[in-house]
Amino acid sequence: MDNHCMAANAGGETGVREPILRMQGVRKTFAGFVAVRDLNLDVERGTIHALIGPNGAGKTTVFNLVTKFHQPTSGRITFNGQDITAKSPSDIARLGMVRSFQISAVFASMSALDNVRVALQRFRGDNFAFWKSDRTLRSLDDRARELLADVGLDDARDRKAAELPYGRRRALELATTLALDPELLLLDEPMAGMGHEDVDRTSALIRRVAKDRTVLMVEHNLSVVADLSDRITVLARGEILSEGTYAQVSKDPAVIEAYVGTDHD
Amino acid sequence: MKDARASFDPVTLAAIAAAAVLLVGAPFVFYPLFLTKVLCYALFACAFNLLLGSCGLLSFGHAAYFGTAAYVAGHAAKVWGLPFEACLALGVMASAALGAVFGYISIRRQGIYFAMITLALAQMIYFLALQLPFTGAEDGLTAIPRGKVLGLFSLDDPLVLYFTTLCLFVGALMLIHRITHSTFGQILRAIRDNEPRAISLGFEANRFKLQAFVLSAALVGLAGANKAIAFKLATLTDVHWSTSGSVILMTLLGGLGTLLGPFVGALVVVTLENYLADSGLPIQAVIGGIFILCILLFRRGIVGEAQGWVETLRRRRAG
Repeated sequence: MDNHCMAANAGGETGVREPILRMQGVRKTFAGFVAVRDLNLDVERGTIHALIGPNGAGKTTVFNLVTKFHQPTSGRITFNGQDITAKSPSDIARLGMVRSFQISAVFASMSALDNVRVALQRFRGDNFAFWKSDRTLRSLDDRARELLADVGLDDARDRKAAELPYGRRRALELATTLALDPELLLLDEPMAGMGHEDVDRTSALIRRVAKDRTVLMVEHNLSVVADLSDRITVLARGEILSEGTYAQVSKDPAVIEAYVGTDHD
Repeated sequence: MKDARASFDPVTLAAIAAAAVLLVGAPFVFYPLFLTKVLCYALFACAFNLLLGSCGLLSFGHAAYFGTAAYVAGHAAKVWGLPFEACLALGVMASAALGAVFGYISIRRQGIYFAMITLALAQMIYFLALQLPFTGAEDGLTAIPRGKVLGLFSLDDPLVLYFTTLCLFVGALMLIHRITHSTFGQILRAIRDNEPRAISLGFEANRFKLQAFVLSAALVGLAGANKAIAFKLATLTDVHWSTSGSVILMTLLGGLGTLLGPFVGALVVVTLENYLADSGLPIQAVIGGIFILCILLFRRGIVGEAQGWVETLRRRRAG
């Protein structure tokens, strides 16, 4: 009965839609240095939301706070209306929020297939079964192959992740993240260090996977941001400088100043 | 279709067959008690390697589990008069329990901090071994009766002792192989490769590491208990930090993260210790020198380097 009501609410577009992720007055200090200052941020369900800003603006810190790799000094974070301020990073993943990392995070000594498969193991109950052969995991291979094919890695299945070129490692990381079928996908500079073709391919992929989920991403490549995002938050010195669509924030004088500098005199 | 994921290829199978022949034939050529010692330390090193090789955790206090099991098994045999199998089981349980407590405390830290905490905890065990009445302090536990295996064959026969130890060793090795190639082992490997990433996928890394720690401690306990019974002796050396150091040396010398590397490393170190003991040469200095050579010339250890060559040859043949 309860489920039915919730489904009806989520399905109907009437009423105020609750943001999938909400940060309220979140502050993080490192030994006196305020990295994030009383941040209020809402990420709407079903959007691609970009977080931009100059170096040291606190973008990655925000990511670490949301995914609980850092504990906020004060403030409150909710995901799907649930308070997650006191949760652990692995709890966060199980709730349906999965992140990628700025430096490509793959399991270097494992094959591309095994990288994706280990993520799929999350849905199994035998992860502590040290007596159970890993051959039983072959039942996950088909799904893992599909995920690899999705990011254009079907030809690299049996290659070690460490041997893959950088762009393809990032694609592998994305496939691993998508294996968990997260509701909210957090991408930390998904295009960093990528060549031109890889950027286009990854953009297309992000757009495709964002169809039925929410994406929050940090990205430096502004044309990618302009192209992909529904909403943009500009951070500077741990505070929100501006928020809105690309058209809105790109005209904001404060943003221009932060990016170009104050050499108008 | 060729199965790339099969655990054993022909070369490995040949190596295993050769090792089997050597291990069965060895006691008829060499002194069985010496070989028993090699096997005990080899098992110790293999169990240590389970933690370092597949988990990336460098424990500097594994002598604590080795020595605790030795004392417990020795006490069970000598004072309680329990049969051989029960003594081993008690030794294993004692070190597993100790591993659970020490592991719980230490795995929260990484790298050098982890190593230092394990060392500090192991030093506490050393202190206890020195002070507690049942350990015999500096004299240790001596004249531990060996008893009979399965209640039938007297372990005072060196060949029975050797083959019993060999069976335990092979069984433990198979278990280690299974652990590293299990559903659990896959996640352990992911955590070793990239812990934050594994956590971000929803795996509670510390729980996996703790289980690996306990398994390692339990298998080390088997080695320690077996050694105490085989040599009728449990002493402070078993819990001393230098024993923790020498098991690290064996593992690195033989080849970190390989199944047989620690065995080869233990063979080299125990053999050197044994044969240099009468030569008047400073043993530690010689072993240190060999270790330095090993670091300079074959960084992956003896077995690791050999596997590298086989791999290169195979690639060349494949074009």
